[in-house]
Amino acid sequence: MENINKVSGDILKHTGVDVSRCYQCGKCTAGCVLASEMNFPPSFLMRLLQTGTADNFERILRSNTIWLCLNCENCVGRCPMEIDIPKIMDYLREQSLNKKKLHPDAKPIVAFHKSFLDSIKKTGRLYEVGLIAGFKARTFRLTQDVKLAPKMYLNGKLNLMPEMIKDRKGLGQIFVKTIDNPKTKNK
Amino acid sequence: MKIGFYPGCSLKGSSREYNESVIAIAKALDIELIEIKDWNCCGATAAHSMNEELSLSLPARILALAEAQGLKEVVVPCAACYNRLMVTQHELKDDTKREKVTDIIQMPYSGELKIINVLQMLESYAMDKIQEKVTKPFAHKVACYYGCLLVRPHKILQFDRVEDPQSMDSMIKLIGGTPVDWAFKTECCGAGFSVSRTDLVVRLSGNILQDAADRNAEAVIVACPMCQSNLDMRRGAINETLSKPIDIPVLFITQAIGLSLGISPKELGLERHFVTVKM
Amino acid sequence: MSKIGVFICHCGENISATVDCERVAQELAKVEGVECAIDYKYMCSDPGQTIIKDAIREHHLDGVVVGACSPRMHEPTFRRACAEAGLNPYLCEIANLREHCSWVHEKGDATTNKAIDLVKMLVEKVKRNKPLESIKVPITKKALVIGGGIAGIQASLDIANAGHQVILVEKDPSIGGHMSQLSETFPTLDCSQCILTPRMVEVAQHPNITLYTYAELESLEGFIGNFTAKIRLKAKSVDYKKCTGCGACMQKCPQKKIPSEFNAGLGTRTAIYVPFPQAVPNKPVIDREHCNYYKRGKCKLCETACPTGAIEWDKEDEILTEQVGAIVVTTGFNVKGTDFFPEYGYGKYKDVITGLQFERLASASGPTFGEIRRPSDGTIPKKIVFIACAGSRDPAKGIPYCSKICCMYTAKHAMLYQHKVHDGESTVFYMDIRAGGKNYEEFVRRAIEEDHVNYVRGRVARVYEKDGKLIVKGVDTLLSGEQVEIEADMVVLATAGVANCGAEVLAQKMHISYDPYHFFAEAHPKLKPVETNTAGIFLAGACQAPKDIPETVGMASGAAVKVAGLFSNNELVREPLIAVVNRMPPPVFSTCVGCFMCQTACPYNAIEREEIKGRDGKVIKTVAKVNPGLCQGCGTCVAFCRSKSIDIQGYSNEQVFAEVMSLLNQ
Repeated sequence: MENINKVSGDILKHTGVDVSRCYQCGKCTAGCVLASEMNFPPSFLMRLLQTGTADNFERILRSNTIWLCLNCENCVGRCPMEIDIPKIMDYLREQSLNKKKLHPDAKPIVAFHKSFLDSIKKTGRLYEVGLIAGFKARTFRLTQDVKLAPKMYLNGKLNLMPEMIKDRKGLGQIFVKTIDNPKTKNK
Repeated sequence: MKIGFYPGCSLKGSSREYNESVIAIAKALDIELIEIKDWNCCGATAAHSMNEELSLSLPARILALAEAQGLKEVVVPCAACYNRLMVTQHELKDDTKREKVTDIIQMPYSGELKIINVLQMLESYAMDKIQEKVTKPFAHKVACYYGCLLVRPHKILQFDRVEDPQSMDSMIKLIGGTPVDWAFKTECCGAGFSVSRTDLVVRLSGNILQDAADRNAEAVIVACPMCQSNLDMRRGAINETLSKPIDIPVLFITQAIGLSLGISPKELGLERHFVTVKM
Repeated sequence: MSKIGVFICHCGENISATVDCERVAQELAKVEGVECAIDYKYMCSDPGQTIIKDAIREHHLDGVVVGACSPRMHEPTFRRACAEAGLNPYLCEIANLREHCSWVHEKGDATTNKAIDLVKMLVEKVKRNKPLESIKVPITKKALVIGGGIAGIQASLDIANAGHQVILVEKDPSIGGHMSQLSETFPTLDCSQCILTPRMVEVAQHPNITLYTYAELESLEGFIGNFTAKIRLKAKSVDYKKCTGCGACMQKCPQKKIPSEFNAGLGTRTAIYVPFPQAVPNKPVIDREHCNYYKRGKCKLCETACPTGAIEWDKEDEILTEQVGAIVVTTGFNVKGTDFFPEYGYGKYKDVITGLQFERLASASGPTFGEIRRPSDGTIPKKIVFIACAGSRDPAKGIPYCSKICCMYTAKHAMLYQHKVHDGESTVFYMDIRAGGKNYEEFVRRAIEEDHVNYVRGRVARVYEKDGKLIVKGVDTLLSGEQVEIEADMVVLATAGVANCGAEVLAQKMHISYDPYHFFAEAHPKLKPVETNTAGIFLAGACQAPKDIPETVGMASGAAVKVAGLFSNNELVREPLIAVVNRMPPPVFSTCVGCFMCQTACPYNAIEREEIKGRDGKVIKTVAKVNPGLCQGCGTCVAFCRSKSIDIQGYSNEQVFAEVMSLLNQ
C-alpha cells in the first residue's frame, strides 16, 4: 500500500529505513550512552517520526538529540527490528543543517565538523593544529585545552606543519561536487 | 608477505605511536606494509554527519587509489577509518550510488579490495609467528576495550561478536597476558566529541576506566586512536571527576604485542602517552 | 456430442460485486456442447443445488461445471448433488471464480472476461472427463502417538478410552514432557505434577495403551489407515522385566555430576538414572555417553548393586515394526538457552536463567526443593528481574513470532517469587502483556495489584555482572524513555519457545510439512488445525506452535476425536484422482518402456513393477504399476515419464491440454 506519510516516505527514500517497523520496545534508548542528555531519547524520536506530522518533524530538527547521537551503533546492534537509527540521524542532521534549524547544543559540534572538513579540503589530510585553530575561531573557546597542546607537542603528537597530498585539485573537486554544491542541499 | 596499508590521519599525528608500533611489529613478523600512495582523510564522523555523498566519496577515493596501485588487501589500523572504508564499500554495492561516487572522484572503482583491521591481519598471517617469537611474555591483567567502530555495525563488518567480542582477548592470552572479564568492552567513549563536547567524553570515558579499574586491570588495551586519546590524553579531566584518580595506562594492542616480542618501548612510542606506561 | 450444464454462482456479492455473472452465463450458453447455462445467487444453497439436479434430469447432462468459490469449499457439495441426480460425481468440475477472480480483481469487463475464460476452460476439460469410482481401502484400527508430554498423554488416553489400541512412543526415559517440569500452573496455581501424574499412571495401566519409552520413530511408510511404522527402541541397558525400580544402582553410580535434563541443567543426575521421582516407568536407563563402563570399559558398580541382575551391558537398539492406521504427533517444543543472548552475556552469568530453569527452582521436586536460590552461590535473591520477550518478537537475533505463553508464566513466576520471598522485589520488563484467555488478565492484574510486582514497560538493552550483582540496563517507555538501572540478584529470561530439536528430520520421515521455524504445519489454520496435509497424520500441542496447557489438552482431544472418527469406519473411501499406467491391446500391451524413472521420482513409494506374461507364461514386458492405496495423485511421475504412459485420473494430459487450448483458441 502506498505510504501517504511524507516524513517516513522521505526517510525511506533517502536512507532505506522504514520507520513504521519500530514497535517502540525502547531497547535503543535503554542502551544509549547519551540518552539522558538528549531532549528526547532515540525511541521517542522514532515515535515522533512515525506520527509523520510537520510539527513533530520540526521538533526533531530543532532538537539536540540528533547532534548528541555519537553513531556508536549500539541501538541498531541491539534493535530487534534492525532499524538503522544512526543512518536516520545522519539524514536528520543534514536536514537540520540545510534548513538552518540547529539546536544551540549543535553549534560546537557543527563547528568542529566544519573545521575538520575545512582542514581536509585544504590539505587532503587532517591537520590537527589547523583543526583546533579553526574550531577555536568558530566557537571563541580560546582557552580550551591550552594545557593539552604543549604536552602533545612534547610527546611528539602534534605536527606543526600540515601533511599535504599531491592531488589537492582532485580532492577539492570532491568537495565542490558534494557538500559545497548548493544543489545537493535541496534534497 | 606483503599487504597494503592505510594509516589514516591520526596515525600520522596525535596517535603516531600506533603507527610506530604497527610498523615495528609488522617488521618483526615479516609483514611488509605498502602504504597507499597519496591517500586522503576518510572524512570520519564529520563527513557523514554533514553530507552523505562526501562521506562516501572520500573513502571511495582511498579505495580507488589502492586498487589503482594493484593492492588486493589493505590493513587499516584505525578503527574509525576501518569502519568508514568498510561501510563505504558496502554502500557502493548499490549501482546508483557507485556511479554517482565514481563520477565525483573521477576514478575507476571495482569494490573488490579486501579491507582488514589490524587484529584480522595478525589473526590471518601472524599467529604462529607471534607465538614463536614471544620473548618477554606480556604477563599483565588487562581490559581489552574494543569500542564501537571495530565491531559495529556487525552486518557490514562481520568482525567478532557484537557483544563481548573476543579477538583482542585471545591475542592477549597468546602473548602471555590475562584479559579481565569486564562490562564496558563495547560502550562508546565519546568518540568524535573529544574537542566539541569534552564534558561528555570525560563522563563516558570515565565510566569505562572506572569499570576497568574496579576489576583490577593493569592496563586498557585498544585498537582505535580515538579511544586511546579519549582514555589517555583526557585523563587529567577525567580524574578531576572521579573520587579516586585512575592511573592505569592505555596501550594499543600493537604496543602490547611489540613489548612481548622484545621491541623497545621507545620504538613502540610508549613514551608518547600522557599516562605513564610502566610495563 | 457433449451436453454440459454450466451454473454460475453469485456467492451473495462475493463474486457478483466484480464479475457480471449474468453475462458469464450468457456467454457460456454460446459455447459448443453447453446445453444450459444458469446463474443464481447462492448455488450452494438447497434451491441452488435443486437447480443443478433438475437441469441434469431435464437436459440429460453428461457434465457439469459450477463457477463458484474454491473447490476446497464446495466441491463435495456439488459433486454430491450431481450424484443424487444420477450423474457420476467426477463429471462435475468447479471453476474458482471467487478466490481466483472476483476477490483479486477490480470490477470491470476484464474481470468478467477472465471469469468467462475460467469457466470455458473447465467446460473443455469436463468434456473429456471419465466417470470414476472412489477407491476403498481397509483401516488398521490402531493409533501411533509420538511424544509423551501432556499432549501425547491426553491423545493416547482419549483414543484408548474410545476403545482403540494405542502405541505411545516417547524419546526420553519417562513420559511427562515439559509439564512434569513445571512448578505451579497459571491461572489457578495448581501444582503441575499433582494434576499430571495421575494421567501418567493411567497411561501406564491402560489396557489399550502400549508404552515405549526411550524410543523414537525410525521410519514411516504407507498411507492413511495403513501405515507401517518402524520404531527404534534405544538400548536401556536395563532389563525391565527383572528391574524392580529399587534404585540401588543409582546410589552406587560414581558419575554424579551429569547436568540433569529434567532440572534444566540446574541439578545433577547419575549415569544410570530415573529422570524424576514420579517417572513412568519408574525404572532406570543407562546414559551410555556418560557411563564409565561404556566410556572406559571399567566400573560396573551398578551391576554389583543390582539385586535382580537386571543390567544388560550388551543390549543393542531394537527395531520394532508396527502397523497403524493413524498417527498423532505430539513432540512438543523447546526453549532457547541463555547462551543464545549476546546482550545478556551469552550464557556467561550463572544467575541469568531461563523461565524453564525458574520453574525448577520454584518446584518442590527441584534442585532447591522449591526455594528460590541463586545458582551461583545458593543465596536467596532479594531483587529479581524478569525479562519478557527474550528472543521472541526479535527478528534480528531471535524469532519474529510471539511465544504466547511467556506473558502468563512470567506473571506466575513473579507471583511465586513474591509468595516465597516476602521481602523480595520483583520487576518485569515487558513490551505488551498478552493475557487473552479465561481468567488470564485477572491473573496478571493479581500479580501487579496483590503481589506488588513492578511492571516496567520497556526492553532491557543489556545485563552485566559487577561485584556479584547483575546490572540490568532497561528503560521505562511510559516515562518518555527514562533509563532504568536495577542491581539485581537474579535475572529470568522469558526465553522464546522454539520447535523441538529434530523436528525437521521427524517431519521429513513422516512426509508432513513444517513452517520456516520448524513447527509442524496444520492443514488449514482455522478449519483443520489438528490435521496435517498428509491424511491420517494429526498434530497436537506445542509441536505446531507454542501453546499453553489448556490449549494443548484441547488440541490433543481434538486430534483423538479425528482418529476415533477415522476408526469408526471399516473402510476408507479415497478420491480416485491417482496415477495410472496405460494399458493397450496386444501386441503393445502398454506404452510403458519399463525405465522406472517414475519409481525414482515417486515420493510415496507407490510405483511397483508388473510383469506382463504371455499365454505361455513367458514374461513379455515389465511395466510400471501404480499402487492405488499409496498414490497421492501428486503427478510427479507424469512429469518424469518419457514415454507419456502415466496419467492422473481426472487430470489427464489430454484434459489439461484441452483447458490450455481453450484459452489459446480465442
